[in-house]
Amino acid sequence: MIQVEDLHKSFDGLEVLRGVSLHIRGGEVLSLMGMSGYGKSVLLKHIAGLMKPDRGRILIDGEEVTSLGRGPLERLRSRLGFLFQGGALFDSLTIGENVAFPLKEKTSLNPHEIRERVRYELEQVGLTDAENKYPAQVSGGMIKRAALARALVRDPEIMLFDEPTTGLDPIIGHTILTLIASCHKRLNFTGIIVTHQIHQVFQIVNRAAFLHEGKIRMAGSPHDMMASEDPVVRQFISGSVDGPIRY
Amino acid sequence: MQIRIASACYISLRSIGTLSLFVLGRMGRMGLFLAMAFLYTATPPLKLDRLLKQTRFIGFQSTLVILLTGTFAGMVLGLQGFYTLNRFGSAALLGPMVALVLIKELGPVFAALMVTARAGSAVTAEIGIMRITEQIDALELMGLNPFRYLIVPNLLAAIIALPLLTAIFDVVGILGGYLVGGRLLGVSGGTYFGEMATYVDMKDILEGIYKSLSFGILLIWVCGYKGYYTGFGAEGVSRATTQAVVLSSVLILIWDYFMTSVLF
Repeated sequence: MIQVEDLHKSFDGLEVLRGVSLHIRGGEVLSLMGMSGYGKSVLLKHIAGLMKPDRGRILIDGEEVTSLGRGPLERLRSRLGFLFQGGALFDSLTIGENVAFPLKEKTSLNPHEIRERVRYELEQVGLTDAENKYPAQVSGGMIKRAALARALVRDPEIMLFDEPTTGLDPIIGHTILTLIASCHKRLNFTGIIVTHQIHQVFQIVNRAAFLHEGKIRMAGSPHDMMASEDPVVRQFISGSVDGPIRY
Repeated sequence: MQIRIASACYISLRSIGTLSLFVLGRMGRMGLFLAMAFLYTATPPLKLDRLLKQTRFIGFQSTLVILLTGTFAGMVLGLQGFYTLNRFGSAALLGPMVALVLIKELGPVFAALMVTARAGSAVTAEIGIMRITEQIDALELMGLNPFRYLIVPNLLAAIIALPLLTAIFDVVGILGGYLVGGRLLGVSGGTYFGEMATYVDMKDILEGIYKSLSFGILLIWVCGYKGYYTGFGAEGVSRATTQAVVLSSVLILIWDYFMTSVLF
């Protein structure tokens, strides 16, 4: 469903992506791992069409994202949900209004139907009581859950999660991953999750890929990753200071 | 020695070339930004609720500062104008002098500078914060055009609000001038307002309106652009806000000179 082919991207001469190739099948959830600052978020933003690559291409259902015009790109994005690292909730709107926003702007649902849908999504993420609160009035975990509700409110076929658990305590982080798993069961989306909670995310994904030095160093099932003999992969998964990866 | 001179020349030329390309690139990007703002303003759909909100913010909420600055600008003009004109025995022309200076120059320029300081800076900061917190990316990913949400309502609001605020500035300024020149220094009301009606034409009023319209476009162009392409983090937004206010203010004064000398 998502095909990334030989993707290159540089920023001010610094080559972040150096020929990334990756394939994600329909309905599959893939965990994208890698060290901080090594281009995982950049790769997600390319898949969402928010960035243009220097070289290479991305195909979603055979359609090349990198060469789409504004109209076709908007149509493609209507099938896509994105959970940003910081939530990216509109701070001038309440949690309820944030979740309602995509429905209000991009669907023909009436206000009553939108209200019902928003309540349902907020209930799914356990935020019924926070509907009338502003993002500044709630915790980081609640912001992530609200952002998840907003991303899922239009039943996307593809979901991209950019560090959904970063900055959260382990219990809330686990709760978010469990929520993602239950949403996947409900919607059967194709997903990519960027997270550093490796052991927990391995319980909910079908496959994992390890991005290192601008390329996919290894891709496989969580079991394959855990059993990998590659010293770089092993060091990253174990979180050891000693090994080939040096900071 | 010759190699050293040639090398220095080469480095200087390269620096000038790099700087020129950078400046041209920025100007081109600013030009495209304005063209896109006009394109999306001229084509539907228009976000009416955002337009009303921004008109209230840029227009209505700037009224107090316009009333205050307009009154005192008029009072100062009344005071200075009276003493200057009195030297030539022309104190009776105080009314037209105050009115013409306000309507043609001070009203549009001061109102635009006040709105830049109060609302333009807020527009840059708001859009800049939305940029660094990925709210603009979120809009794009929902299939929505950020220009229609963020730039067009501000542009239209400024086009609506600036002429009205300028008119308020002019009226309270003229009354302020009368308060000092008439009430305190003895020019009669009949002379002050009567001479004003004789010397002030519709053309003068239109000149002020055209200027205020163009200043409204200019300030949202600069402030919107600086917010939209802000740097990273809080420091980036802070720098963008400062640059937006300074650049808008300078451009308003430069544009005022060109409009006055070329168009009127």
